[in-house]
Amino acid sequence: MKKLMNIEPSRSLKGFLALVPFVLILMLYWTASNERLAENPYDKLLPSFTQISDAVDRMAFTEDKRSGEYLFWQDTGASLYRICIGIGISAAVGLLFGMLSGLLPVFRSGFSPLITIVSLIPPMAILPILFITFGLGELAKVMLIIIGTAPVIIRDIQSHVRQLPSEILIKAQTLGASTWLVAIRVVLPQIMPRLVSAMRLSLGTAWLFLIAAEAIAAQEGLGYRIFLVRRYMSMDVILPYVMWITALAFAMDFSLRKFSELCFPWYHQQEAGK
Amino acid sequence: MSLLKIDNVWKSYGDVQILERLKLTVNEGEFVSMVGASGCGKTTLLKMILGSETATRGQILLNDQPISPEPNEARGIVFQKYSVFPHLTVLQNVMIADEFSASPFLGRCFGQQKRKIKDKAMSFIEAVGLGHATGKYPHQLSGGMQQRLAIAQALMKSPKILLLDEPFGALDPGIRKDMHQLIRKVWKENKLTIFMVTHDIQEGFELGSRLWVFDKVRHDPQAPTAYGAQITYDLPLTTEKQQVTGQTIAEKYVKKVVNL
Repeated sequence: MKKLMNIEPSRSLKGFLALVPFVLILMLYWTASNERLAENPYDKLLPSFTQISDAVDRMAFTEDKRSGEYLFWQDTGASLYRICIGIGISAAVGLLFGMLSGLLPVFRSGFSPLITIVSLIPPMAILPILFITFGLGELAKVMLIIIGTAPVIIRDIQSHVRQLPSEILIKAQTLGASTWLVAIRVVLPQIMPRLVSAMRLSLGTAWLFLIAAEAIAAQEGLGYRIFLVRRYMSMDVILPYVMWITALAFAMDFSLRKFSELCFPWYHQQEAGK
Repeated sequence: MSLLKIDNVWKSYGDVQILERLKLTVNEGEFVSMVGASGCGKTTLLKMILGSETATRGQILLNDQPISPEPNEARGIVFQKYSVFPHLTVLQNVMIADEFSASPFLGRCFGQQKRKIKDKAMSFIEAVGLGHATGKYPHQLSGGMQQRLAIAQALMKSPKILLLDEPFGALDPGIRKDMHQLIRKVWKENKLTIFMVTHDIQEGFELGSRLWVFDKVRHDPQAPTAYGAQITYDLPLTTEKQQVTGQTIAEKYVKKVVNL
Protein backbone atom coordinates (compact mmCIF):
# COMPACT_ATOMS: atom_id res chain seq x y z
CA MET A 1 0.00 0.00 0.00
CA LYS A 2 1.40 3.40 -1.04
CA LYS A 3 1.60 6.27 1.37
CA LEU A 4 -1.47 8.52 1.22
CA MET A 5 0.59 11.45 -0.08
CA ASN A 6 1.68 9.40 -3.11
CA ILE A 7 -1.75 8.25 -4.25
CA GLU A 8 -2.85 10.02 -7.45
CA PRO A 9 -6.55 9.65 -8.35
CA SER A 10 -7.30 8.50 -11.91
CA ARG A 11 -8.88 10.91 -14.40
CA SER A 12 -12.42 9.68 -13.93
CA LEU A 13 -12.09 9.57 -10.16
CA LYS A 14 -10.80 13.13 -10.21
CA GLY A 15 -13.85 14.26 -12.17
CA PHE A 16 -16.16 12.42 -9.79
CA LEU A 17 -14.46 13.89 -6.71
CA ALA A 18 -14.75 17.38 -8.17
CA LEU A 19 -18.52 16.96 -8.63
CA VAL A 20 -19.25 15.47 -5.22
CA PRO A 21 -19.17 18.73 -3.15
CA PHE A 22 -21.46 20.51 -5.61
CA VAL A 23 -24.00 17.68 -5.57
CA LEU A 24 -23.85 17.53 -1.78
CA ILE A 25 -24.49 21.26 -1.42
CA LEU A 26 -27.43 21.10 -3.85
CA MET A 27 -28.97 18.18 -2.00
CA LEU A 28 -28.51 19.84 1.35
CA TYR A 29 -30.18 23.00 0.06
CA TRP A 30 -33.03 21.02 -1.48
CA THR A 31 -33.84 19.14 1.74
CA ALA A 32 -33.59 22.26 3.89
CA SER A 33 -35.75 24.26 1.48
CA ASN A 34 -38.39 21.51 1.33
CA GLU A 35 -38.58 21.31 5.09
CA ARG A 36 -38.99 25.04 5.57
CA LEU A 37 -41.60 25.32 2.78
CA ALA A 38 -43.58 22.38 4.23
CA GLU A 39 -43.85 24.27 7.48
CA ASN A 40 -44.62 27.65 5.89
CA PRO A 41 -45.39 27.86 2.13
CA TYR A 42 -44.70 31.63 2.17
CA ASP A 43 -41.18 31.25 3.54
CA LYS A 44 -38.76 33.43 1.56
CA LEU A 45 -35.42 32.35 2.97
CA LEU A 46 -34.81 29.13 1.04
CA PRO A 47 -36.96 29.24 -2.13
CA SER A 48 -37.57 26.02 -4.03
CA PHE A 49 -35.98 25.38 -7.42
CA THR A 50 -39.33 26.09 -9.12
CA GLN A 51 -39.57 29.47 -7.41
CA ILE A 52 -36.03 30.27 -8.49
CA SER A 53 -36.64 29.31 -12.10
CA ASP A 54 -39.85 31.39 -12.07
CA ALA A 55 -37.82 34.34 -10.85
CA VAL A 56 -35.19 33.82 -13.57
CA ASP A 57 -37.96 33.65 -16.16
CA ARG A 58 -39.47 36.86 -14.81
CA MET A 59 -36.16 38.74 -14.73
CA ALA A 60 -34.48 37.46 -17.87
CA PHE A 61 -37.14 36.39 -20.35
CA THR A 62 -40.11 38.67 -19.63
CA GLU A 63 -40.25 42.37 -20.39
CA ASP A 64 -40.35 44.56 -17.33
CA LYS A 65 -43.83 46.03 -17.05
CA ARG A 66 -42.60 49.48 -16.14
CA SER A 67 -39.60 50.00 -18.46
CA GLY A 68 -40.18 47.36 -21.16
CA GLU A 69 -36.60 46.12 -20.76
CA TYR A 70 -35.28 42.67 -19.88
CA LEU A 71 -33.86 43.61 -16.48
CA PHE A 72 -31.46 40.69 -16.10
CA TRP A 73 -29.67 41.40 -19.38
CA GLN A 74 -29.73 45.13 -18.80
CA ASP A 75 -28.05 44.61 -15.42
CA THR A 76 -25.52 42.21 -16.92
CA GLY A 77 -24.63 44.62 -19.70
CA ALA A 78 -24.21 47.54 -17.31
CA SER A 79 -22.03 45.60 -14.90
CA LEU A 80 -19.86 44.01 -17.59
CA TYR A 81 -19.33 47.38 -19.22
CA ARG A 82 -18.16 48.90 -15.93
CA ILE A 83 -15.89 46.05 -14.95
CA CYS A 84 -14.30 45.71 -18.40
CA ILE A 85 -13.56 49.42 -18.67
CA GLY A 86 -12.27 49.47 -15.10
CA ILE A 87 -10.00 46.44 -15.41
CA GLY A 88 -8.86 47.52 -18.89
CA ILE A 89 -7.78 50.97 -17.73
CA SER A 90 -6.17 49.45 -14.64
CA ALA A 91 -4.15 47.07 -16.80
CA ALA A 92 -3.02 49.86 -19.14
CA VAL A 93 -2.05 52.13 -16.24
CA GLY A 94 -0.39 49.23 -14.43
CA LEU A 95 1.63 48.25 -17.47
CA LEU A 96 2.79 51.79 -18.20
CA PHE A 97 3.76 52.82 -14.68
CA GLY A 98 4.95 49.36 -13.67
CA MET A 99 7.34 49.23 -16.61
CA LEU A 100 8.52 52.81 -16.11
CA SER A 101 9.32 52.27 -12.47
CA GLY A 102 10.69 48.76 -12.97
CA LEU A 103 13.06 49.78 -15.72
CA LEU A 104 14.10 53.33 -14.83
CA PRO A 105 15.77 53.83 -11.41
CA VAL A 106 15.21 57.60 -11.62
CA PHE A 107 11.47 57.16 -12.09
CA ARG A 108 11.32 54.45 -9.44
CA SER A 109 12.96 56.65 -6.79
CA GLY A 110 10.24 59.25 -7.13
CA PHE A 111 7.31 56.97 -7.75
CA SER A 112 7.76 53.79 -5.75
CA PRO A 113 7.25 55.22 -2.21
CA LEU A 114 4.12 57.04 -3.40
CA ILE A 115 2.52 53.95 -4.90
CA THR A 116 3.38 51.90 -1.82
CA ILE A 117 1.46 54.37 0.34
CA VAL A 118 -1.40 54.81 -2.14
CA SER A 119 -1.93 51.06 -2.40
CA LEU A 120 -2.51 50.95 1.36
CA ILE A 121 -5.46 53.37 1.25
CA PRO A 122 -8.65 51.31 1.59
CA PRO A 123 -10.57 52.18 -1.61
CA MET A 124 -13.94 51.87 0.13
CA ALA A 125 -12.91 54.60 2.53
CA ILE A 126 -12.51 57.08 -0.31
CA LEU A 127 -15.70 56.01 -2.11
CA PRO A 128 -17.56 59.06 -0.70
CA ILE A 129 -14.81 61.29 -2.12
CA LEU A 130 -15.29 59.65 -5.51
CA PHE A 131 -19.04 60.18 -5.42
CA ILE A 132 -18.53 63.81 -4.40
CA THR A 133 -15.95 64.52 -7.10
CA PHE A 134 -17.17 62.38 -9.97
CA GLY A 135 -20.88 62.46 -9.25
CA LEU A 136 -23.12 59.41 -9.12
CA GLY A 137 -22.65 58.44 -12.78
CA GLU A 138 -20.57 55.71 -14.41
CA LEU A 139 -17.27 57.50 -13.82
CA ALA A 140 -17.30 57.13 -10.04
CA LYS A 141 -17.92 53.36 -10.24
CA VAL A 142 -15.23 52.82 -12.84
CA MET A 143 -12.84 54.99 -10.81
CA LEU A 144 -13.44 52.86 -7.73
CA ILE A 145 -12.46 49.73 -9.65
CA ILE A 146 -9.36 51.46 -11.01
CA ILE A 147 -8.30 52.78 -7.62
CA GLY A 148 -8.87 49.37 -6.10
CA THR A 149 -6.91 47.36 -8.64
CA ALA A 150 -4.36 49.60 -10.41
CA PRO A 151 -1.88 50.01 -7.52
CA VAL A 152 -1.67 46.26 -7.08
CA ILE A 153 -1.07 45.72 -10.80
CA ILE A 154 1.55 48.50 -10.88
CA ARG A 155 3.46 46.97 -8.00
CA ASP A 156 3.18 43.50 -9.48
CA ILE A 157 4.49 44.57 -12.89
CA GLN A 158 7.24 46.64 -11.30
CA SER A 159 8.50 43.69 -9.30
CA HIS A 160 8.33 41.37 -12.32
CA VAL A 161 10.34 43.82 -14.43
CA ARG A 162 12.95 44.00 -11.70
CA GLN A 163 13.06 40.21 -11.48
CA LEU A 164 14.04 39.87 -15.13
CA PRO A 165 17.64 38.63 -15.09
CA SER A 166 20.02 41.60 -15.45
CA GLU A 167 21.95 39.47 -17.96
CA ILE A 168 19.08 39.82 -20.43
CA LEU A 169 19.05 43.60 -20.16
CA ILE A 170 22.84 43.85 -20.47
CA LYS A 171 22.83 41.49 -23.43
CA ALA A 172 20.29 43.66 -25.22
CA GLN A 173 22.49 46.70 -24.68
CA THR A 174 25.53 44.93 -26.13
CA LEU A 175 23.39 44.24 -29.19
CA GLY A 176 22.88 47.97 -29.57
CA ALA A 177 19.46 48.53 -28.01
CA SER A 178 18.47 51.90 -26.57
CA THR A 179 16.37 52.19 -23.39
CA TRP A 180 13.26 52.50 -25.57
CA LEU A 181 14.09 49.41 -27.62
CA VAL A 182 14.90 47.39 -24.50
CA ALA A 183 11.50 48.43 -23.15
CA ILE A 184 9.39 47.54 -26.19
CA ARG A 185 11.24 44.53 -27.61
CA VAL A 186 12.76 42.86 -24.55
CA VAL A 187 10.80 43.85 -21.44
CA LEU A 188 7.27 44.39 -22.82
CA PRO A 189 6.84 40.98 -24.49
CA GLN A 190 8.23 39.21 -21.45
CA ILE A 191 5.98 41.14 -19.08
CA MET A 192 2.71 40.71 -21.07
CA PRO A 193 1.91 37.19 -19.79
CA ARG A 194 2.53 38.46 -16.25
CA LEU A 195 0.17 41.36 -16.88
CA VAL A 196 -2.55 38.91 -17.89
CA SER A 197 -2.04 36.90 -14.72
CA ALA A 198 -2.06 40.11 -12.64
CA MET A 199 -5.39 40.98 -14.28
CA ARG A 200 -6.76 37.54 -13.46
CA LEU A 201 -5.77 37.96 -9.83
CA SER A 202 -7.36 41.40 -9.54
CA LEU A 203 -10.66 40.32 -11.12
CA GLY A 204 -11.98 39.25 -7.71
CA THR A 205 -11.16 42.64 -6.22
CA ALA A 206 -12.69 44.39 -9.22
CA TRP A 207 -16.01 42.56 -8.76
CA LEU A 208 -15.98 43.40 -5.07
CA PHE A 209 -15.62 47.12 -5.73
CA LEU A 210 -18.08 47.05 -8.61
CA ILE A 211 -20.83 45.51 -6.51
CA ALA A 212 -20.08 47.79 -3.60
CA ALA A 213 -20.33 50.87 -5.81
CA GLU A 214 -23.53 49.62 -7.48
CA ALA A 215 -25.08 48.85 -4.12
CA ILE A 216 -24.63 52.42 -3.01
CA ALA A 217 -25.59 54.42 -6.07
CA ALA A 218 -26.83 53.05 -9.39
CA GLN A 219 -29.92 52.66 -11.53
CA GLU A 220 -28.97 49.32 -13.00
CA GLY A 221 -26.38 46.60 -12.60
CA LEU A 222 -26.10 43.18 -11.02
CA GLY A 223 -25.00 44.56 -7.64
CA TYR A 224 -27.72 47.19 -7.72
CA ARG A 225 -30.43 44.57 -8.36
CA ILE A 226 -29.27 42.31 -5.55
CA PHE A 227 -29.33 45.12 -3.05
CA LEU A 228 -32.64 46.40 -4.39
CA VAL A 229 -34.57 43.12 -4.04
CA ARG A 230 -32.99 42.50 -0.63
CA ARG A 231 -35.68 44.87 0.67
CA TYR A 232 -38.33 42.30 -0.24
CA MET A 233 -36.16 39.36 0.90
CA SER A 234 -36.31 38.03 -2.67
CA MET A 235 -33.90 35.18 -2.26
CA ASP A 236 -35.34 33.68 -5.45
CA VAL A 237 -33.74 36.58 -7.38
CA ILE A 238 -30.59 37.02 -5.30
CA LEU A 239 -29.47 33.40 -5.57
CA PRO A 240 -29.49 33.15 -9.39
CA TYR A 241 -27.86 36.59 -9.61
CA VAL A 242 -25.02 35.47 -7.36
CA MET A 243 -24.58 32.31 -9.42
CA TRP A 244 -24.59 34.38 -12.60
CA ILE A 245 -21.92 36.73 -11.23
CA THR A 246 -19.82 33.70 -10.32
CA ALA A 247 -20.26 32.30 -13.82
CA LEU A 248 -19.26 35.62 -15.39
CA ALA A 249 -16.18 35.88 -13.18
CA PHE A 250 -15.22 32.34 -14.10
CA ALA A 251 -15.71 33.01 -17.81
CA MET A 252 -13.55 36.14 -17.68
CA ASP A 253 -10.79 34.32 -15.82
CA PHE A 254 -10.97 31.37 -18.21
CA SER A 255 -10.82 33.50 -21.33
CA LEU A 256 -7.88 35.52 -20.02
CA ARG A 257 -6.02 32.29 -19.34
CA LYS A 258 -6.77 30.91 -22.81
CA PHE A 259 -5.78 34.24 -24.38
CA SER A 260 -2.45 34.11 -22.57
CA GLU A 261 -1.78 30.52 -23.60
CA LEU A 262 -2.60 31.37 -27.19
CA CYS A 263 -0.47 34.51 -27.40
CA PHE A 264 2.49 33.57 -25.21
CA PRO A 265 3.08 29.85 -25.72
CA TRP A 266 6.78 30.17 -24.82
CA TYR A 267 5.86 31.49 -21.36
CA HIS A 268 3.46 28.72 -20.46
CA GLN A 269 5.71 25.94 -21.77
CA GLN A 270 8.58 27.43 -19.79
CA GLU A 271 6.47 27.64 -16.62
CA ALA A 272 5.22 24.08 -17.09
CA GLY A 273 8.80 22.89 -17.51
CA LYS A 274 9.89 24.36 -14.18
CA MET B 1 49.10 49.24 -30.93
CA SER B 2 47.35 47.86 -27.93
CA LEU B 3 43.59 47.45 -28.12
CA LEU B 4 42.79 47.50 -24.44
CA LYS B 5 44.80 49.08 -21.67
CA ILE B 6 44.04 48.48 -18.00
CA ASP B 7 45.69 51.41 -16.29
CA ASN B 8 46.25 50.90 -12.57
CA VAL B 9 42.71 49.75 -11.85
CA TRP B 10 41.44 49.25 -8.30
CA LYS B 11 37.99 48.05 -7.38
CA SER B 12 36.30 47.92 -4.00
CA TYR B 13 32.77 47.54 -2.69
CA GLY B 14 32.69 49.65 0.45
CA ASP B 15 35.36 48.28 2.77
CA VAL B 16 35.84 45.14 0.72
CA GLN B 17 38.80 45.49 -1.62
CA ILE B 18 38.32 43.21 -4.63
CA LEU B 19 41.06 44.07 -7.09
CA GLU B 20 44.16 46.21 -6.81
CA ARG B 21 46.98 47.54 -9.01
CA LEU B 22 45.95 45.98 -12.29
CA LYS B 23 48.27 47.18 -15.05
CA LEU B 24 47.84 45.25 -18.26
CA THR B 25 47.71 45.76 -21.98
CA VAL B 26 46.00 43.48 -24.45
CA ASN B 27 46.60 43.46 -28.20
CA GLU B 28 44.06 42.87 -30.88
CA GLY B 29 43.41 39.18 -31.54
CA GLU B 30 44.50 37.87 -28.14
CA PHE B 31 42.47 35.26 -26.27
CA VAL B 32 42.83 35.93 -22.56
CA SER B 33 41.73 33.23 -20.13
CA MET B 34 41.19 34.37 -16.55
CA VAL B 35 41.43 31.84 -13.75
CA GLY B 36 41.50 32.07 -9.97
CA ALA B 37 39.66 31.05 -6.82
CA SER B 38 35.97 31.96 -6.52
CA GLY B 39 35.40 35.48 -5.31
CA CYS B 40 38.82 36.71 -6.39
CA GLY B 41 37.46 39.30 -8.77
CA LYS B 42 37.86 37.82 -12.24
CA THR B 43 34.19 38.34 -13.05
CA THR B 44 34.43 41.85 -11.59
CA LEU B 45 37.22 42.68 -14.04
CA LEU B 46 35.15 41.23 -16.87
CA LYS B 47 32.20 43.39 -15.81
CA MET B 48 34.44 46.47 -15.78
CA ILE B 49 35.56 45.73 -19.33
CA LEU B 50 31.89 45.19 -20.22
CA GLY B 51 30.92 48.49 -18.64
CA SER B 52 28.31 47.22 -16.18
CA GLU B 53 30.75 48.01 -13.31
CA THR B 54 33.12 50.94 -13.03
CA ALA B 55 36.60 51.01 -11.53
CA THR B 56 37.01 52.66 -8.13
CA ARG B 57 40.42 53.98 -9.15
CA GLY B 58 42.29 53.98 -12.42
CA GLN B 59 40.73 53.49 -15.82
CA ILE B 60 40.35 51.10 -18.70
CA LEU B 61 41.20 52.41 -22.17
CA LEU B 62 39.86 50.99 -25.41
CA ASN B 63 41.91 52.25 -28.38
CA ASP B 64 43.36 54.91 -26.04
CA GLN B 65 39.87 56.23 -25.21
CA PRO B 66 38.29 55.67 -21.77
CA ILE B 67 35.94 52.75 -22.17
CA SER B 68 32.20 53.53 -22.21
CA PRO B 69 30.76 53.18 -18.68
CA GLU B 70 27.71 51.27 -19.92
CA PRO B 71 27.37 48.17 -22.11
CA ASN B 72 27.37 48.90 -25.85
CA GLU B 73 27.91 47.30 -29.23
CA ALA B 74 31.72 47.43 -29.00
CA ARG B 75 31.76 44.58 -26.51
CA GLY B 76 29.76 41.37 -26.92
CA ILE B 77 28.97 39.12 -23.99
CA VAL B 78 28.00 35.51 -23.38
CA PHE B 79 26.95 34.76 -19.81
CA GLN B 80 26.74 31.35 -18.18
CA LYS B 81 22.96 31.54 -18.46
CA TYR B 82 20.13 33.96 -19.31
CA SER B 83 22.05 35.12 -22.38
CA VAL B 84 19.21 34.71 -24.85
CA PHE B 85 15.70 36.16 -25.02
CA PRO B 86 13.16 33.53 -23.91
CA HIS B 87 10.27 35.07 -25.87
CA LEU B 88 11.95 34.88 -29.28
CA THR B 89 12.77 31.95 -31.54
CA VAL B 90 16.37 31.15 -32.49
CA LEU B 91 16.11 33.14 -35.71
CA GLN B 92 14.38 36.09 -34.03
CA ASN B 93 16.97 36.05 -31.25
CA VAL B 94 19.77 36.57 -33.76
CA MET B 95 17.87 38.93 -36.05
CA ILE B 96 16.94 41.27 -33.20
CA ALA B 97 20.57 42.42 -32.98
CA ASP B 98 20.42 44.11 -36.38
CA GLU B 99 16.81 45.13 -36.05
CA PHE B 100 17.78 47.28 -33.06
CA SER B 101 20.18 49.36 -35.15
CA ALA B 102 18.10 49.33 -38.36
CA SER B 103 14.88 50.52 -36.74
CA PRO B 104 15.47 52.76 -33.73
CA PHE B 105 11.77 53.40 -33.14
CA LEU B 106 9.96 50.09 -33.72
CA GLY B 107 12.88 47.69 -33.38
CA ARG B 108 11.33 45.68 -36.22
CA CYS B 109 12.08 45.53 -39.92
CA PHE B 110 9.97 44.63 -42.92
CA GLY B 111 10.35 43.60 -46.55
CA GLN B 112 13.72 43.87 -48.25
CA GLN B 113 15.55 45.02 -45.13
CA LYS B 114 14.15 42.13 -43.13
CA ARG B 115 15.24 39.60 -45.76
CA LYS B 116 18.77 41.02 -45.71
CA ILE B 117 18.98 40.76 -41.91
CA LYS B 118 17.52 37.26 -42.08
CA ASP B 119 20.20 36.12 -44.52
CA LYS B 120 22.95 37.53 -42.34
CA ALA B 121 21.42 35.96 -39.22
CA MET B 122 21.09 32.60 -40.98
CA SER B 123 24.78 32.60 -41.90
CA PHE B 124 25.76 33.05 -38.24
CA ILE B 125 23.20 30.48 -37.10
CA GLU B 126 24.67 27.99 -39.60
CA ALA B 127 28.17 28.88 -38.41
CA VAL B 128 27.36 27.87 -34.83
CA GLY B 129 25.53 24.75 -36.00
CA LEU B 130 21.92 25.67 -35.19
CA GLY B 131 20.61 25.61 -38.76
CA HIS B 132 18.13 22.86 -37.91
CA ALA B 133 16.54 24.71 -34.97
CA THR B 134 15.73 28.20 -36.28
CA GLY B 135 12.07 28.05 -35.27
CA LYS B 136 12.59 26.79 -31.73
CA TYR B 137 12.30 28.77 -28.52
CA PRO B 138 15.28 28.79 -26.12
CA HIS B 139 13.54 26.61 -23.53
CA GLN B 140 13.31 23.89 -26.19
CA LEU B 141 17.11 23.92 -26.65
CA SER B 142 19.74 22.13 -24.58
CA GLY B 143 22.24 24.15 -22.53
CA GLY B 144 24.94 23.81 -25.20
CA MET B 145 22.60 24.92 -27.97
CA GLN B 146 21.53 27.96 -25.93
CA GLN B 147 25.18 28.97 -25.59
CA ARG B 148 25.69 28.50 -29.34
CA LEU B 149 22.74 30.79 -29.89
CA ALA B 150 24.17 33.38 -27.50
CA ILE B 151 27.45 33.32 -29.45
CA ALA B 152 25.69 33.75 -32.79
CA GLN B 153 23.77 36.69 -31.31
CA ALA B 154 26.95 38.38 -30.11
CA LEU B 155 28.67 37.89 -33.48
CA MET B 156 25.95 39.80 -35.33
CA LYS B 157 27.32 43.13 -34.13
CA SER B 158 30.93 42.13 -35.02
CA PRO B 159 32.20 43.42 -31.67
CA LYS B 160 35.90 44.19 -31.20
CA ILE B 161 35.87 42.41 -27.89
CA LEU B 162 33.94 39.29 -26.94
CA LEU B 163 33.53 38.60 -23.23
CA LEU B 164 32.74 35.12 -21.97
CA ASP B 165 31.65 34.71 -18.35
CA GLU B 166 32.09 31.00 -17.56
CA PRO B 167 30.27 30.23 -20.80
CA PHE B 168 30.68 26.47 -20.59
CA GLY B 169 30.47 26.07 -16.82
CA ALA B 170 27.03 24.45 -16.88
CA LEU B 171 27.68 22.06 -19.79
CA ASP B 172 28.53 18.35 -19.94
CA PRO B 173 32.21 17.51 -20.62
CA GLY B 174 31.51 16.11 -24.10
CA ILE B 175 29.52 19.13 -25.20
CA ARG B 176 32.15 21.37 -23.68
CA LYS B 177 34.75 19.92 -26.10
CA ASP B 178 32.53 20.77 -29.08
CA MET B 179 32.05 24.27 -27.75
CA HIS B 180 35.81 24.72 -27.42
CA GLN B 181 36.19 23.91 -31.10
CA LEU B 182 33.41 26.30 -31.96
CA ILE B 183 34.79 29.20 -29.95
CA ARG B 184 38.28 28.68 -31.41
CA LYS B 185 36.83 28.74 -34.93
CA VAL B 186 34.79 31.85 -34.16
CA TRP B 187 37.83 33.55 -32.66
CA LYS B 188 40.03 32.90 -35.73
CA GLU B 189 37.41 33.64 -38.36
CA ASN B 190 36.11 36.87 -36.87
CA LYS B 191 39.49 38.19 -35.64
CA LEU B 192 38.06 38.75 -32.16
CA THR B 193 39.77 39.70 -28.96
CA ILE B 194 38.33 37.39 -26.34
CA PHE B 195 38.31 37.56 -22.54
CA MET B 196 37.08 34.40 -20.87
CA VAL B 197 36.48 33.79 -17.18
CA THR B 198 36.66 30.11 -16.31
CA HIS B 199 36.82 27.84 -13.29
CA ASP B 200 38.41 25.10 -15.34
CA ILE B 201 42.14 25.80 -15.51
CA GLN B 202 42.59 23.13 -18.21
CA GLU B 203 40.05 24.93 -20.34
CA GLY B 204 41.98 28.15 -19.82
CA PHE B 205 45.14 26.53 -21.17
CA GLU B 206 43.51 24.84 -24.12
CA LEU B 207 41.71 27.87 -25.42
CA GLY B 208 43.70 30.93 -24.45
CA SER B 209 46.65 32.57 -26.11
CA ARG B 210 47.33 34.18 -22.77
CA LEU B 211 46.46 33.23 -19.21
CA TRP B 212 45.86 35.52 -16.26
CA VAL B 213 45.95 34.01 -12.80
CA PHE B 214 44.21 36.01 -10.04
CA ASP B 215 45.38 35.74 -6.45
CA LYS B 216 45.85 37.83 -3.35
CA VAL B 217 49.45 38.87 -2.81
CA ARG B 218 48.95 40.73 0.43
CA HIS B 219 47.12 39.21 3.36
CA ASP B 220 46.01 40.69 6.66
CA PRO B 221 44.79 37.86 8.90
CA GLN B 222 42.87 40.35 11.06
CA ALA B 223 41.10 41.92 8.08
CA PRO B 224 40.76 39.44 5.26
CA THR B 225 38.96 41.94 3.05
CA ALA B 226 41.50 44.75 3.38
CA TYR B 227 43.53 43.74 0.33
CA GLY B 228 42.35 42.78 -3.13
CA ALA B 229 43.57 40.27 -5.65
CA GLN B 230 46.14 41.00 -8.30
CA ILE B 231 47.18 39.16 -11.40
CA THR B 232 50.01 36.99 -10.10
CA TYR B 233 50.85 35.27 -13.37
CA ASP B 234 50.47 36.64 -16.88
CA LEU B 235 51.49 33.73 -19.10
CA PRO B 236 51.71 33.81 -22.87
CA LEU B 237 50.59 30.50 -24.33
CA THR B 238 51.37 30.86 -27.99
CA THR B 239 54.23 28.38 -28.31
CA GLU B 240 54.48 24.76 -27.25
CA LYS B 241 57.27 25.57 -24.80
CA GLN B 242 55.29 28.31 -23.10
CA GLN B 243 52.38 25.92 -22.78
CA VAL B 244 54.57 23.42 -20.94
CA THR B 245 56.10 25.94 -18.55
CA GLY B 246 52.69 27.41 -18.00
CA GLN B 247 51.23 24.02 -17.17
CA THR B 248 53.88 23.38 -14.47
CA ILE B 249 53.32 26.72 -12.83
CA ALA B 250 49.59 26.26 -13.06
CA GLU B 251 49.61 22.80 -11.57
CA LYS B 252 51.51 23.99 -8.55
CA TYR B 253 49.20 26.95 -8.33
CA VAL B 254 46.06 24.88 -8.64
CA LYS B 255 47.06 22.72 -5.70
CA LYS B 256 47.80 25.75 -3.61
CA VAL B 257 44.91 28.06 -4.31
CA VAL B 258 42.01 26.60 -6.20
CA ASN B 259 42.01 23.28 -4.33
CA LEU B 260 40.39 21.44 -7.18
